[in-house]
Amino acid sequence: MLKHIGAYFLMLRMVFVKPTKANVMYGLIFKEIQDLIIGSLGIVCFLSFFVGGVVSIQTALNIDGELIPESLVGFATRQSIILEFAPTFMAIILAGKVGSYITSSIGTMRVTEQIDALEVMGINSLNYLIFPKLVAMTLLPIVIIFSMFLGIFGGWAATIYGGFSSTAAFVEGVQMDFKPFHVFYAFIKTFLFAIILATIPSYHGYYMRGGALDVGRASTVSFVWCSVVIIVVNYFTTHMFFS
Amino acid sequence: MIRLENIQKYFDHTAVLKGITTEFEKGKTNLVIGQSGSGKTVLLKILLGLFTPNKGEIYFENTPFSSMTDDEHRTLRREIGMVFQGSALFDSMTVLENVLFPIRMLTKLSESEMIAQAESVIERVNLSDARNKLPNEISGGMQKRVAIARAVVMRPKYLFCDEPNSGLDPKTAIVIDNLIQEITHENNITTVINSHDMNSVMEIGETILFLENGGKEWEGTKDNIFKTDNEAVTDFVYSSNLFKKVRKLYLEN
Repeated sequence: MLKHIGAYFLMLRMVFVKPTKANVMYGLIFKEIQDLIIGSLGIVCFLSFFVGGVVSIQTALNIDGELIPESLVGFATRQSIILEFAPTFMAIILAGKVGSYITSSIGTMRVTEQIDALEVMGINSLNYLIFPKLVAMTLLPIVIIFSMFLGIFGGWAATIYGGFSSTAAFVEGVQMDFKPFHVFYAFIKTFLFAIILATIPSYHGYYMRGGALDVGRASTVSFVWCSVVIIVVNYFTTHMFFS
Repeated sequence: MIRLENIQKYFDHTAVLKGITTEFEKGKTNLVIGQSGSGKTVLLKILLGLFTPNKGEIYFENTPFSSMTDDEHRTLRREIGMVFQGSALFDSMTVLENVLFPIRMLTKLSESEMIAQAESVIERVNLSDARNKLPNEISGGMQKRVAIARAVVMRPKYLFCDEPNSGLDPKTAIVIDNLIQEITHENNITTVINSHDMNSVMEIGETILFLENGGKEWEGTKDNIFKTDNEAVTDFVYSSNLFKKVRKLYLEN
């Protein structure tokens, strides 16, 4: 375990040394933005909309009483989406989508000796392969903005469609006691998760050994470790910002 | 010219290479042969700098590898071309982009100069018609030719090939062997080829190093290999009836 942690940090150091030519790197970064960020928008929007709807329905069905205002549905939906669902839940979903893609693509390059080919040419393969992914993933907060917006929108749509509350009450709840700091906190978390999502799968892909079956195994292990680290980092950032 | 002196390599206390001393000559195709597990690939990876030997020294044109500075290592790497066993082509790039890749990464030529250099090499390996195809759209033999083109496009001083004709039919294998030998002679390159294909030995083996269990068992030329009575070499090289007959005829004549 300690050996892996040490190797991971040594890998991170190597990502930033001996950089690839700038004009080549720009192209790689834009390609990764296309694959990792723009390619993830569809699934993130879809999931956010429906989970936002489920959060609002569950909230509406589980609050029962004359003294509880209808606007609470909007308030609870907003808080759940902004504080946890959009940054943390989406990061775990992306650990499956983006993480597996990164591990399997780098792992396949390892198995087919493409990484050896880069090294033989005198190219820093860690910088060439991982740096563009890392830069692209720092745009993850943009994906999370979409997730926040569509999550709350999905909550509103489900509330109105199910007849649990009026638009006015829902919007009042969404605006109630709004703290911009919560959005800032969500972005800080997202940024940390982005670094985790770019680097842990890269580590598992880059240092894997074996054949095609081992690429699949490395992707699974990478997903598990990404999820574990995201949850642990989520706990500590929450503790740090709110305690 | 590359000289190896007492190269030893261990993995988990197991000796994989047991003190290899030899010389690979310039302008010749130097073959390293031996059974699977004899240490051929490890030796090649040491020559490429992907593994570090536990003991011994490699001299590139009389300069010891271990005493080179980082800049000299970088320069040396640019003078090395490698043809991998599975070709190791970048599968998201076309044939032209694969051949362009080292020029783009390592030189400051203009785009038109880069393309001209890459296209001249693609033409040399007879792949002009496939320049815009992806690796998975061409045959194994063509992939090997792209790998050779990529390896020589920077005009290297050293060319290493790891079983360049494995998985190819005999006719294509000979085409690949001859292409490597022609390029070696044309550019006066020091070429080292790992192989366990006896056709390659007979076709292009200008010098031959035979490894067994990580040690140097025999070395010589393809003419010597007919005459040797080294049991390990004859067991390996003449394991097929066809080669036994070829040897018999050679010795009779």
